Amino acid sequence: MGAGFRRYSTYRQATIAGAFTNTVFGFLRCYVLLAVVAGAGTATVGGYDAARLATFVWFGQGLLAVVLLWGWTELADRIRTGDVVADLLRPVDPVTRYLATDLGRAGHAAVTRLVPPVLTGPLFFPFYVPHRWTTVPLFVVSVVLATVLCFGCRYLVNATGYWLLDIRGPMILWALVSGVLGGLYFPLRFLPDALVVPLWVLTPLPSLFQTPLDIMVEIDSTPRQLWLVALQAAWVALVLVLCRVVQRRAERRLVVQGG
Amino acid sequence: MRAYWALLRGQARSQTSYRLSFAIDFVSNVWATVLDVFTVFVLFGVTRSLGGLDLREALVVTGMSACAFATGDMLVGNIERITLYVRTGRFDAVLVRPLRALPQLVLLDLPLHKLSRAAFGTTVYLVALGAADVAWTPSRVLLAVVAPVGGVVFFGAVFVITASVAFWWTESGEFGNAFTYGGRDFTSYPISVYSGWFRNAFAYGLGFAFVSYYPALALLGKPDPIGLPGWVGWLAPLVALPATAAAALIWRAGLRRYTSTGS
Repeated sequence: MGAGFRRYSTYRQATIAGAFTNTVFGFLRCYVLLAVVAGAGTATVGGYDAARLATFVWFGQGLLAVVLLWGWTELADRIRTGDVVADLLRPVDPVTRYLATDLGRAGHAAVTRLVPPVLTGPLFFPFYVPHRWTTVPLFVVSVVLATVLCFGCRYLVNATGYWLLDIRGPMILWALVSGVLGGLYFPLRFLPDALVVPLWVLTPLPSLFQTPLDIMVEIDSTPRQLWLVALQAAWVALVLVLCRVVQRRAERRLVVQGG
Repeated sequence: MRAYWALLRGQARSQTSYRLSFAIDFVSNVWATVLDVFTVFVLFGVTRSLGGLDLREALVVTGMSACAFATGDMLVGNIERITLYVRTGRFDAVLVRPLRALPQLVLLDLPLHKLSRAAFGTTVYLVALGAADVAWTPSRVLLAVVAPVGGVVFFGAVFVITASVAFWWTESGEFGNAFTYGGRDFTSYPISVYSGWFRNAFAYGLGFAFVSYYPALALLGKPDPIGLPGWVGWLAPLVALPATAAAALIWRAGLRRYTSTGS
């Protein structure tokens, strides 16, 4: 975990560039969603008022780099080049080892990528300050769960490389589906309930992004927040078990690439 | 010219030789733009107007932006890979050939699979024009054709400018995305939804207002709530000219600045 933190802390310029880009997109998304409330002619849209929407956007822009929805191809690259063999020789299970590194990376991102947009947003837009003391600790737990869950999903996408070698197809599919159904393009509660509820229960996607953000803006009562976190935890358990199973299957058929 | 043609043909052959990969890329590329348009529909599911435009009118803005961005991205977008070329020193190989560097880079990676997205963007634009209440006149037809072309050139210039940053700042990473993909998002919505210095900077400082918003207003015959006169929409495609000039200047300055990695 420490290694993951240190490794990402060496990419200082990329971190600055990334935080800048997240902030610009924060402005873009925030203005559009606030215009949605203004155009609706009601005080709230899908349960969110203006302050909640703005907070949703800015925390979301920060969270993007913490859970790291996109751009992780390390395992797939190592499978393609054959370097993955070094991972298999180590005495630690690869899923555990990659997870530990990823948590270190997420810890670094929480400091460098979550904080700047969260501090920028309130300077220009209304901001929702949580009223209940339970919200912040629940948010932290939810972010950790979302990070582990997202790691698991990325691991599974990367692990298709054991069979396909070229994972561009699964990667693009993942990027699109996770963005729109995770709640990045618009809060999922803008969709009709008949769609949102099955999406939340039957897929891990809203648990990646929408759940921690909804907890932060207190859209639900505390018992419902606890249910959402429990749902996240269930998905984490399921996806991590799946990672193990897939990894074991893959090891049995792996042909190491390269010479 | 023959050399460029050979580069293009070689690219087409090498990209289509892995048929399954090409098919996957071809199909999956559409979805990014599909989701952008889908988002507009979802937003209008919970609201009646965005920045003073209703769904049909807003779709003209979104369609024009999607058409211009997707086409510009297909033609020039891969220039953003220059960070890779500069960092690895592979850019030297481009410079030693007796061809100009910019067209070479564009043709070297021309992503033919992005044709699908450009076609989809154009379809959205045409359908939106058909659905909106446009009082067609010959001059409006001309504007409807010229505006997206100006947009393609404009986005092409933005791609070249943000890619040139790599000559000064090799580790610029996602920095350019704020203006390329950010510009796409900005032009997808009527600029009346934004406000303050942010709108002034993106809309007028960088010129993104003239890519889709003002031409769309002129096509729809609507006044600008921000208060610019009506003729602005008719002249808007000309924004491509200063953008191209700026891109040419910055690119040349960057080329002169380039020193190899030495490996």
